[in-house]
Amino acid sequence: MSHFLELRDIKKSFGEVQSLRGVTMTVDRGEVIGLLGDNGAGKSTLIKIITGYYHPDEGEILFNGQRVEHLTVPRARQLGVETVYQERALADQQSLWRNIFIGRELTTRFGLMDIPRMRAETQRLMQEHMGFTSTAVTPDSPVLTFSGGEKQGVAIVRALYFQAELIILDEPTMGLALSETGKLLEFVEQVRTAGKSVIFIDHNIFHVYEVADRIVLLDRGRVAGEFRTSDLTLNELLDKMRRVAKTGSLD
Amino acid sequence: MEHATTQSALAPAPAPTLRTRVRRNALQIGIFVVLLLLWGIFIVAAPRTFLAPEIYASFMATVPFFGIVALPLTMVVIAGDIDLSFPSIMAVGVVAFVLVFDSTANVWLAFAACIGSGFAVGIINGLIVVRLGIPPLIATIGTQFFWRGVILIVTNGRSEVLVEPKNSPLGQMLVGKIGDYVPMQMVWYILIGIAIWALLNRHRFGAHTYLTGDNVNSARLMGVNVDRTRILLFALVGAAAAFAGLVASLHVTNFFTTLGEGYLLTTLASIFLGGTSAFGGVGSILGTFIATFIIGSINAGIVAIGLTGFWTQLIYGLIITVSVTMHTIVRRRVG
Repeated sequence: MSHFLELRDIKKSFGEVQSLRGVTMTVDRGEVIGLLGDNGAGKSTLIKIITGYYHPDEGEILFNGQRVEHLTVPRARQLGVETVYQERALADQQSLWRNIFIGRELTTRFGLMDIPRMRAETQRLMQEHMGFTSTAVTPDSPVLTFSGGEKQGVAIVRALYFQAELIILDEPTMGLALSETGKLLEFVEQVRTAGKSVIFIDHNIFHVYEVADRIVLLDRGRVAGEFRTSDLTLNELLDKMRRVAKTGSLD
Repeated sequence: MEHATTQSALAPAPAPTLRTRVRRNALQIGIFVVLLLLWGIFIVAAPRTFLAPEIYASFMATVPFFGIVALPLTMVVIAGDIDLSFPSIMAVGVVAFVLVFDSTANVWLAFAACIGSGFAVGIINGLIVVRLGIPPLIATIGTQFFWRGVILIVTNGRSEVLVEPKNSPLGQMLVGKIGDYVPMQMVWYILIGIAIWALLNRHRFGAHTYLTGDNVNSARLMGVNVDRTRILLFALVGAAAAFAGLVASLHVTNFFTTLGEGYLLTTLASIFLGGTSAFGGVGSILGTFIATFIIGSINAGIVAIGLTGFWTQLIYGLIITVSVTMHTIVRRRVG
């Protein structure tokens, strides 16, 4: 069976800066991948290529074994890629429902927006998934009144609503309270159990080690190493990361 | 697109309460109160003018000249852009109209050329701003001069009499009068207002306009075609400006090469007075609509009260500064 997602020798430069120098990796169904690497290793560029935001200079992207020529954000979403960005990707002054349906507004037969349906869906998502208990928050509340954890909840629920096959979490624990972090890790478990895939990017190696099946270590635009978390202890992983940071390779 | 639930299983979200409705629409309510207050002052201070129907016929005839541009320009400002070139586009549209009418004698073809040229000039503005990344303020100051120059060269600076087009069916449709009182341009202003309101508030294009102005990176990351949205908005202003230019020219049966030059500040003032944020992401078509009548009536009101016209600018300035300050404070509270 083919991989859900396969990247082959992806290269990407921004002017003089070579951000990715040939990255090859795969993601299978029901697999949680931890993507680790120092600042500037190319993690953000890599995920923005997977989400169709950037186009690679060279290399191939395959979904379910099929090569996708010109991946755009709407096309990637159609294929089931949903992303919870580090910067949340919310529009603060807009209402909650507008943020949930950003870029994919539901429409009626006449081509106008189906606002009652979007508000109702938002109300349901709020009650079932976001844990908003305060009655002050409605589908019409502007997002700027929310806390960091609540905003993250919005970004996650948005990813879930559209039936993601692969959820990319970019630094999801940043700025979260301890209890919120626990909830997030639980959420990753649930996604795996449902047979979906996750790419988990975090500075905190402990979080990544806890939830990931496989770890991909990026260094200066290259894959420096790949390990199954079942094959090594946390200390071994830390050791390898130190060596990569110092010498640029595992050997 | 897949969804977790079917429509039938879904309870509608509760309607917002009256209090939250009032709070959310504080800006529109505020601007409406300003209009009523001003109106009250004018009636008390100059009852002979403001209780007579003629003054209202005059407002309905002249406010649409800049109001029709202010409506789509409100959307441009909501998207975080600005267009200062519309006064010149007003004239471009009429020059295209005159050229085509002179060679074909067909008002409908001439009308199509008018709207089409405005749309095209708007697209060019959009391409310069979006594709080349020139700040819209600077880019449209440039194109404003450029197109005015083109007009002066093409017309040799001469004005044009428009008796024939004005008496045509098109002319009657655009600037005729209903019951000898309501000018047709007022009807068009209302219709365009409803259309732009629906586009902004009930269509995805409008949703993308808000998102683009609120946070352009988020919009891009979530798959909104930001570039296309911005370019189309400039085109919309271009088409509306050409239309407004034609209406204004037919109304006075004359095309002057300076057409549009007096409308730059009144149009922008209406947009900001109407509660649209200069920072993008927030704005109101109804607010702009009401504000155009405030701006449009101040001059007449001041003269009727017995002050000299010299007071106009001072009172413009006062009203705009105070209302924009109010908007900012209200918004801070809601946030």
